[in-house]
Amino acid sequence: MTSFRALFFRGKPDAGHTRSRRSGKKSSHELAHERFKFLRIFFVLGIVALLVLLTGIIITLGPLNISVSDSYYALLGRFWPQHFYVDELTSRVVWNIRFPRILGGIMAGFGLGICGCVMQAVLKNPLASPFTLGITAGAQFGISVAAVVGFSFLAGPYFIIGNAFLCALLCSLFIIGLAAIKGATSENLVLAGIAVNYFFTAVSQLLKYFSTDEQLRLMTNWGMGDLAAFSWTNSQILLAVFIICIPLLMTKCWDLNIMTAGDETAKSIGVNAENTRIFIMVVSSLLVATIVSFMGTIAFVGLVAPHMARMVIGGDHRFLIPASGVLGALVLMSADAVGMNLIAPTIIPTGIMTSIVGVPFFMYLMMKGKRKEFWT
Amino acid sequence: MMIKLQAKDIDFGYSSNKILENVNFEIAPSKLVTIVGPNGSGKSTLIKCIDRILAPQGGSILIDRKDVTKMDRMDMARYLSYVPQSSVRIFPTNVFDTILMGRRPHIGWLGSERDESKVWEVMRLLDIEKLAMSNFSELSGGQQQKVLIARALVQEAEVMLLDEPTSNLDIWHQLDVMNIIRDVVKKKEITAIMALHDLNLASYYSDRIIMMKRGKIIAAGDPQSVITEENIAKVYRVEAAIRSLSDRPVIMPLRQIRGARA
Repeated sequence: MTSFRALFFRGKPDAGHTRSRRSGKKSSHELAHERFKFLRIFFVLGIVALLVLLTGIIITLGPLNISVSDSYYALLGRFWPQHFYVDELTSRVVWNIRFPRILGGIMAGFGLGICGCVMQAVLKNPLASPFTLGITAGAQFGISVAAVVGFSFLAGPYFIIGNAFLCALLCSLFIIGLAAIKGATSENLVLAGIAVNYFFTAVSQLLKYFSTDEQLRLMTNWGMGDLAAFSWTNSQILLAVFIICIPLLMTKCWDLNIMTAGDETAKSIGVNAENTRIFIMVVSSLLVATIVSFMGTIAFVGLVAPHMARMVIGGDHRFLIPASGVLGALVLMSADAVGMNLIAPTIIPTGIMTSIVGVPFFMYLMMKGKRKEFWT
Repeated sequence: MMIKLQAKDIDFGYSSNKILENVNFEIAPSKLVTIVGPNGSGKSTLIKCIDRILAPQGGSILIDRKDVTKMDRMDMARYLSYVPQSSVRIFPTNVFDTILMGRRPHIGWLGSERDESKVWEVMRLLDIEKLAMSNFSELSGGQQQKVLIARALVQEAEVMLLDEPTSNLDIWHQLDVMNIIRDVVKKKEITAIMALHDLNLASYYSDRIIMMKRGKIIAAGDPQSVITEENIAKVYRVEAAIRSLSDRPVIMPLRQIRGARA
């Protein structure tokens, strides 16, 4: 018995636990941390690769038979026609029909994932999503005004979309302003958001009450969240907004890490919690308003993509923000592919499909994530 | 580096309710100072006002003759660090990342090897290296308190403020945390200012004690001159017996003093 104990409990102290400074060797804890850092980067690169792979596979789905390699050739052939050649029909189908919708899904998912991630951090609320602060209500209000009253800030093709965008943005700026007067704490923001949300929903419903059948149809069609309306022009506008907003959010990574520990801690480490919160909310509202006005409300993605990312790589926003974006894109793109092909030729709207496909997947991750929070 | 901290005429209150009134004190460098006083006396508020977590309505805090109340927050964080009473984490964060947060005033966007080695160095000092990859929320109260102290230490500020660091701990961990604080004050030549409820811990560990009541300083000085039967009766309305143990006063509360509020 003694020998057994000696073998297991009184063995030599683990030499790896104390760092030998002279030799500069790392302790076992430091090595574990190094491994974690490597896996974190590996995970982000891995999901990007998966995104590229899935894009190629989803392009092949549809009435015209296209192979996976043809779909990559068709995409690359646009930029380097001398190296990548495919026939004219395939090229057109990929470039004009199939890819824009996938790209729309990727962009919307990416943006919503990122906004969800930063909003959860600044609102210190795991239930926060890009739609917590009444952006949908604002956009719906804008659309109702355009459809029923016939008033819009912009004319032409942006008659409805422009109104949705501006009202969504005004609505969230109003909420942020309201909270800023009382002190931009997360509680004030959420409370103001919920109150204003109800107000705009009520006004939209009032307008709906007085609308004709045709106006009503115009209003409900938007709310589903659909990628069908997405075009190359839209993607350019969206890309421009991304290029401005996402780097701005990325500059605040450290501050976001610290803000999840509470305002008191943030202030003591030198982060002006309230100003950072307002900054993040304004920038992400701009991003979400743009996405929502083009594609309607695609709920769920912005809520769960950050949680999925956190379960795997922990709370460092330098990795969490991109990972949330890519996971959001993956979820939205896959859900849309299922919606397009499940009962083809009928297409199920994206917003409906993301929740139906995404929820079981998230449940699975939640159950699995309980046992182990990180890759350690 | 030796730094002197001065508080001049600190005022703080919520609307009509004054919490701190004209608080003045001076603290010599490399000392362990505790602020004691009954509930609601303004100990924690004073700590938070020094670090501008609460904005004082009047007065100034001078460190090295520089007024921190006029400084940018990030600059201030290089002079003052703060250990909260407890920290609730909504999202899972590992201990290493939690401590790394304290490097914010020094860190670039990418973070450097130097910042990480500082974190390891402090973790070794507090003997919490093995917790590096654990989830902060799953630690015990004593471990969490050590991690929070480590986070303040990597900030490399010369003054460390602590808000009741021993309040949720058993006596073993109370001594553990207090020993750590005493050691870092000596080793790193920093000043620690802490709000504390336990008068005996305060008496045993402090170089100086500040005793407060209703937002005012009633007594300040070394433990022997502050922990006296008169002061305890006046400030806490408690009759206490005071004995001396290895030159430090030890207090045994006997009975409440009823009647008019002292």
